[in-house]
Amino acid sequence: MIRFTLRRLGIAVPTLFIIVTASFFLMHTAPGGPFDAEANLEPEIRENLIAAYDLDKPVTTQYWLYLNSIARGDFGPSLVYADFTTTELIAFGLPVSVKLGATAMLVAVLLGGFFGIVAALKKNQLLDHLIMGLAMTGIAVPGFVVAPVLSLVFGLYLNLLPIAGWNDGALANMVLPVTALALPQIAIIARLMRGGMLEVLGSPFVRTARAKGLSESQVVIRHVLKSAVIPLIGYLGPAVAGIMTGSLIIEMIFNLPGVGQYFVQGALNRDYPLVMGIVIIYASAIILLNLLADLAYGVLDPRVRKSFQ
Amino acid sequence: MTSGDLNPMNSKVIGDAIAGSPSRSLWHQAGRRFRHNRAAMTSLWVLAVIAITSLLVPALWPHGIEDTYWDSILVPPTLENFHWFGTDANGRDLLVRVFYGGRISLTIGLLTTIVALLIGVTYGAIAGFSGGRTDSIMMRFVDIMYSLPLLFFIIILVTVFGRNIYLVFVAIGAVEWLTMSRIVRGQTLSVMEKEYVESAIAIGLPRSAILTRYIIPNVLGPVVVYVTLLVPVNIIIESYLSFLGLGVQEPLTSWGLLISQGAGQIDSAPWLLVFPATMLAITMFCFNFIGDGLRDALDPG
Repeated sequence: MIRFTLRRLGIAVPTLFIIVTASFFLMHTAPGGPFDAEANLEPEIRENLIAAYDLDKPVTTQYWLYLNSIARGDFGPSLVYADFTTTELIAFGLPVSVKLGATAMLVAVLLGGFFGIVAALKKNQLLDHLIMGLAMTGIAVPGFVVAPVLSLVFGLYLNLLPIAGWNDGALANMVLPVTALALPQIAIIARLMRGGMLEVLGSPFVRTARAKGLSESQVVIRHVLKSAVIPLIGYLGPAVAGIMTGSLIIEMIFNLPGVGQYFVQGALNRDYPLVMGIVIIYASAIILLNLLADLAYGVLDPRVRKSFQ
Repeated sequence: MTSGDLNPMNSKVIGDAIAGSPSRSLWHQAGRRFRHNRAAMTSLWVLAVIAITSLLVPALWPHGIEDTYWDSILVPPTLENFHWFGTDANGRDLLVRVFYGGRISLTIGLLTTIVALLIGVTYGAIAGFSGGRTDSIMMRFVDIMYSLPLLFFIIILVTVFGRNIYLVFVAIGAVEWLTMSRIVRGQTLSVMEKEYVESAIAIGLPRSAILTRYIIPNVLGPVVVYVTLLVPVNIIIESYLSFLGLGVQEPLTSWGLLISQGAGQIDSAPWLLVFPATMLAITMFCFNFIGDGLRDALDPG
């Protein structure tokens, strides 16, 4: 298992390298530059700015300079948010996005798992149809529709929760964005969990457990769940990616100071270091979480563990 | 599937007898099963209606998408003056814009899926067909792409190459082919072990002929299912981009752009959000039901 982890981490480095290279050259082949938005910039000042950020050098030189600086852990200065380094901006935004995303993820796994289990145990009964119908709705209605509706109903009409804002992550401010972010994932996880449960419930070892005279709850808790969560583990990586991207829009709608706004602003204004920094952080997170998911597979499924050797 | 269905062995034999060729009978059977799936068939009809109205309404409706009526700004839905869905902040008729948006959203959904389909099927089939080192290098590349936050990548592509609607197609399609290539590769590997491929190799058919005549037709089933599930995903991605102001630009419109504008005025003019969001949701439902129906029809048991 340790060797497996090391090998995967070994692959992660070239993976990140390719991602950095691809996004770097993509951004730099784009027409336009970071200082275009400032229309009344004196030509001399613009030239000085461009020279100060090495943007006048050939792209390959810039690429080497950039690789050197990220190897030292320096993501460079932000070009649009003057006086801030990319690292500082990410340090402002990331805690917000992580807190929001991690809470949404936790809520999605717990609620989605719970609904999936209930639906599977009540297969083809009213409760099952109800849950699966709701799950279908959760998949069909995207978060950017749910979010403004939630904000209108609970914020404006019922006046129960703040309609927007972060307020240092106060619980009341978290409820609506977390709900909007978690809903589609709850729906997908509930469907996956139900599928996993049904497959396991029909397998011989469950029949054996029942034949031994275990109570139904013991059968489910001790025997079924452990195998039924396996398809769910495989989905955790994509779920995290889904929540990261969903967070972009949810942060916009609820006006939250997360990484999302920096990314969109950075992309719109060609703030190369900022966009690259965020892509690198997020790609690393996805790689790491996929690795964790694979390790969790190994813990739960002995057949997979064997392939680690 | 219905309880009266035959087991695969029998149905294959009978199918052969009826249709004369096994591949046709498979699709025949699937078609029959699909037609018995009420949710999927209803969805198919509803989707057809949405597609046809999206095509026809903008041409036939008394208002154009850019017509502005300064005396009727933010009118709630009414039967008067054919403002059935009301008007927006510029005094434009919402109904015609919703259907025009549907035209663009559906087109983007389909075209991006075709781009993804072409890249994914070719890539996956080549990887699976070549096998060995080529296969593992090609699939390693897909693994790498998987660890990208894909929407972030689409946003970079769109900002880099300008907010041109055709580039939105390419950007989404260029990113969404990964799963397709994995499915096709897996299917190809399993088809490659079938006797008919072995016999085709034995009689000396060129590789390209084996690929087009045997491999691709036989991997189509799961691909068709995935395509129907990818179209709504791509419609959502486009909406997402438009919502952020990176997709379709005014005066053109799409469901995502309309929803974004509606969300901004939800307290004063909720109908601006309700109509496009409902249309989008209905379309999502339809594609998902059709996809589920196709999966059940093509993979019984």
